[in-house]
Amino acid sequence: MNQGTIPSAVSADALAPVTRTGGADGASVVVEAVSAGYDHRPALTDVSLSVRPGSLLAVIGPNGAGKSTLLKLIAGIIKPWSGRLTVLGGRPGSSVGRIAYLPQAEAVDWEFPVTVGEVVMMGRYGRIGFGRQPGPHDHHVVGDALDKVGMHEAIERQIGALSGGQRRRVFLARAIAAEPELYLLDEPVTGVDATTQEDLMDILEGEARAGRTVIATTHDLICAAQRFHEAAFLNGRLVAQGPANLVLDQRLLAETYGGHVLVLPGDGGRVVLDDAHHHDEAPAGERHYHDEAR
Amino acid sequence: MDPAGFITDPMVYPFMQRGLAASVLVGVVCAVMGTFVVLKGLAFIGDAVSHATFPGLVIAYLVGAPLYFGGAIAAVGTALAIGFVSRRGRLRFDTSVGVLFAGTFAFGVLLFSTIRNYVQDLLGYLLGNVLGISLGDLVQLSILSVIVLAIVLLIRKELLYATFDPLGAAASGLPVAGLEYLLLALLGVTIVVSIQAVGIIMVVAMLVTPAATAQLLVVRFGKMMALAVVIAALSAVVGLYLSFYLNLASGASIVLIETLMFGVAFLLSPRSGLLGRRSRERASRAAQPPAA
Repeated sequence: MNQGTIPSAVSADALAPVTRTGGADGASVVVEAVSAGYDHRPALTDVSLSVRPGSLLAVIGPNGAGKSTLLKLIAGIIKPWSGRLTVLGGRPGSSVGRIAYLPQAEAVDWEFPVTVGEVVMMGRYGRIGFGRQPGPHDHHVVGDALDKVGMHEAIERQIGALSGGQRRRVFLARAIAAEPELYLLDEPVTGVDATTQEDLMDILEGEARAGRTVIATTHDLICAAQRFHEAAFLNGRLVAQGPANLVLDQRLLAETYGGHVLVLPGDGGRVVLDDAHHHDEAPAGERHYHDEAR
Repeated sequence: MDPAGFITDPMVYPFMQRGLAASVLVGVVCAVMGTFVVLKGLAFIGDAVSHATFPGLVIAYLVGAPLYFGGAIAAVGTALAIGFVSRRGRLRFDTSVGVLFAGTFAFGVLLFSTIRNYVQDLLGYLLGNVLGISLGDLVQLSILSVIVLAIVLLIRKELLYATFDPLGAAASGLPVAGLEYLLLALLGVTIVVSIQAVGIIMVVAMLVTPAATAQLLVVRFGKMMALAVVIAALSAVVGLYLSFYLNLASGASIVLIETLMFGVAFLLSPRSGLLGRRSRERASRAAQPPAA
């Protein structure tokens, strides 16, 4: 499959402006023909995309589609096999203290002996620098970030004592405390209730409006369609990048998710994502594999 | 016997003064490094590195170099090699470490068996003999300990971030790979300064037990490290006096006091212990369902 199989109504008009990456002046993130993977197993092949400052971009796709890999590439945590990335005008990893990364909840050791306040203060470390300790301004910023996510009362609690939604709030507060130009969020709204999801999305919307760039992976297609500005469809390669309401396009979803998605007719369209089942029934080419512990 | 005499009598012997200073120092350095070992799950690596010092010690003995020097090269070299393998290797990590660990130790034993005379010095490194430490060794130990502690103190917040969330730390611009190698090198140095006190086989207990005990009792990183230091220092003093009065092996006494304290903490811990479980149940009955 290639870009040519995307329905013409979508690809020609909606995708062309945003997928053109060559002369993307002023873009926060430019990804050009990037391939990457782990050991010798490819996770992403020939991905090109461009993200403008102030964008709120949802990265969607099945498990194993390379969503986390894309974030790690942009963050400079892993290196591409080929292709080029430009992040905030420089190479990935060269912009100290300007990027905030939120790991997946499963990647965090919740028994670790740190308090909420200590975790959020980690967001300041890149700015504070080696061998120095947080000052009054840093504590002030941490307090403000916790206020913003509604977790100031929990500042002395150990992180393991928090609920799933509270944990996501705290980690978003850490990202906010970093005062970044670019947010890279790995499933910020996975496993949280509707209120928390709305709160977190309101905050991210505010950050985008202030000119900061937000890139978030998500499995929640309704959230992606309703709350994000743009969406990038990944399935080992870039299926499409375009306005967020493309998420409701059935054929595009079918191509991204390999047929395990139903879009039900109705007001605004209802998306049912059948991602966790049918491993055995699916043809080999469509079988999705889960993100391994990375 | 009067209590004051019980404390002061052993201290008239210079070997006890040196032994006490050495074991407290080793306990403190091990507790500080052990906090990272416990939180990063490096216990097996610590054990591997300490066993890998043996061939280094034997080779140093055979060529007439200072034993410390041989042990340090072997320990730091192995620690860094393990770090490298963990980033590149395709085998399961603990498998690679296990292979390296057994192989290097066997090499040390092989070399040791070629030495004709009974070598008390080298056997002392296997089981530890802190009461036999010389003034020169104590000075070396002190200098290396201070260096390790100073480095950890200086970059403790970066080490904390890289240990807790390596991905987030890397994204914020911290040199996470470099910090990991530094931590492993410091671990190697710590192990070398510790083996004379407690021996190759028991170093891992000095690293893991006080920190594990502290983790059962407190929920803050700084407090965990501080409590581990207190536990280790206390165990060193109590263990050494025990070994003096009951004529027991000094390293084993220190380790067993630490183990005893771990056992008590495990039973009493607010988080995992038996008493804690009861109060937790009471708390959860009283609490309302958590929000979000």
